[in-house]
Amino acid sequence: MTTNRKVVVTGIGATTPIGGTATETWDALLDGASGARNLPQEWVDTYQLPVHFAATIEVAPDQVLSRPETRRLDPSGQYALVASREAWGDAGEPEVDPERLGVAIGTGIGGVWTLLNAWDTLKEKGPRRVMPLTVPMLMPNSASGNVSLIFGARAGAHTLVSACASGAESMGYAAAMIAEGKADVMITGGTEAAVHPLPMAGFAAMQALSTRNDDPTHASRPYDLARDGFVLGEGSAVIVLEEEEHAKARGARIYATFASTGTSADAHHIAAPEPEGAGASRAMVEAVERAGLTPADIVHINAHATSTPVGDIAESNAIRRAFGDATDSMAVSATKSMTGHLLGAAGALEALFSILAVHHRLAPATTNITDLDPEIHLDVVRDEHRKLPQGDIAVLNNSFGFGGHNVANVITSS
Amino acid sequence: MAQSEQEILAGLAEIVNEETGLDTDSVQPDKSFTDDLDIDSLSMMTIVVNAEDKFGVKIPDDEVKNLVTVGDAVTYIASNQG
Repeated sequence: MTTNRKVVVTGIGATTPIGGTATETWDALLDGASGARNLPQEWVDTYQLPVHFAATIEVAPDQVLSRPETRRLDPSGQYALVASREAWGDAGEPEVDPERLGVAIGTGIGGVWTLLNAWDTLKEKGPRRVMPLTVPMLMPNSASGNVSLIFGARAGAHTLVSACASGAESMGYAAAMIAEGKADVMITGGTEAAVHPLPMAGFAAMQALSTRNDDPTHASRPYDLARDGFVLGEGSAVIVLEEEEHAKARGARIYATFASTGTSADAHHIAAPEPEGAGASRAMVEAVERAGLTPADIVHINAHATSTPVGDIAESNAIRRAFGDATDSMAVSATKSMTGHLLGAAGALEALFSILAVHHRLAPATTNITDLDPEIHLDVVRDEHRKLPQGDIAVLNNSFGFGGHNVANVITSS
Repeated sequence: MAQSEQEILAGLAEIVNEETGLDTDSVQPDKSFTDDLDIDSLSMMTIVVNAEDKFGVKIPDDEVKNLVTVGDAVTYIASNQG
């Protein structure tokens, strides 16, 4: 039995390197802000990190949450709670049967701060000083479990883990739960809090991170010839998805329609993208087809575009492969140029940007492009934001993760 | 240096507040940790460990189940401080 109920977006929330809320983040994006900041000098000195900066959160969660909440949640759970509360309030705190309310919040890494702090405690002070909440705080489903607990959501609490596609895949899963009739309202998104010396060292060892230490705010430069890796970011983005009739019946504000999701796996390499974009293009084609659209309907792409030399070209190839000449009329934005790469929250944040792009009919300008790489065959939005057309429009958001995970979500205006 | 029961109660209230967010005034000797203050076993262990650090006592795991009320904990700490 499959039903195909329509899924709309009725609430948005975020806490990111460029803003403490969804609106602040969007406004900062339109201002071309950068979330990149220097790391504490102590980290750089103690661990001799080759990268001295990251896109750290703009508003610390302890300014928003109660003291017990910050004590009982890993930072990744704290960010998710901040974003979820905002999204829930923005949606007007919908009245819904708890058994028809669900949660799907993904993460790439989970509670790495909790894990490593507890390891230090064990070594230095012994097992009795290891917090009893260590395991429930470090587990990757901690954010979705706690949000489900706090909002009394009983339709299901899910955590999709697919590295940097986790947030996007979680939203797709949430939308499917509504479309298939398992839930009427879902709180869904992604969260990540991995700006910690260990993941920094690990990503640096892969040579995945930019080392532009003398100029952090210009380090995330997708599509630019001088790009040299991504800028690690952190934060959370969460949206409220709702079955259309449920939303209309209560007079909710509807930002956009969450139309469809396409997924695929590369089965090529654990970390490197398949260079011709075969797998990624299949996800994009599937998403457009499932939305009942054709490539000509897509006016804007929020690209994965992390600013790595190889990845940006592979995605450009994948988009061309998926959409052919129709690609020429798609305005492509790479918002990681401003936010950095939020890993498991990236796809959620960029879906949020796609929702707001539809809502405001505006494709945000990519920053930090001085010399567009001639191998990028896309209509990249730069220098100025691009007005999107009136009438029915559709936008695509790509997210790819280590492991070969490809996820494409389509957001439409109606 | 041993502390008075009043000082121990105030210190314990701070620990409980830190862990649970409960108002310090609600932490009174006659209150049950579980029934009145709604403190679960995980939070209780954190409170016990923090109390050991704060008051310089050892509270064996076997003893924790006997600390039903705040007053039980205050009495135990007062009589076991070194």
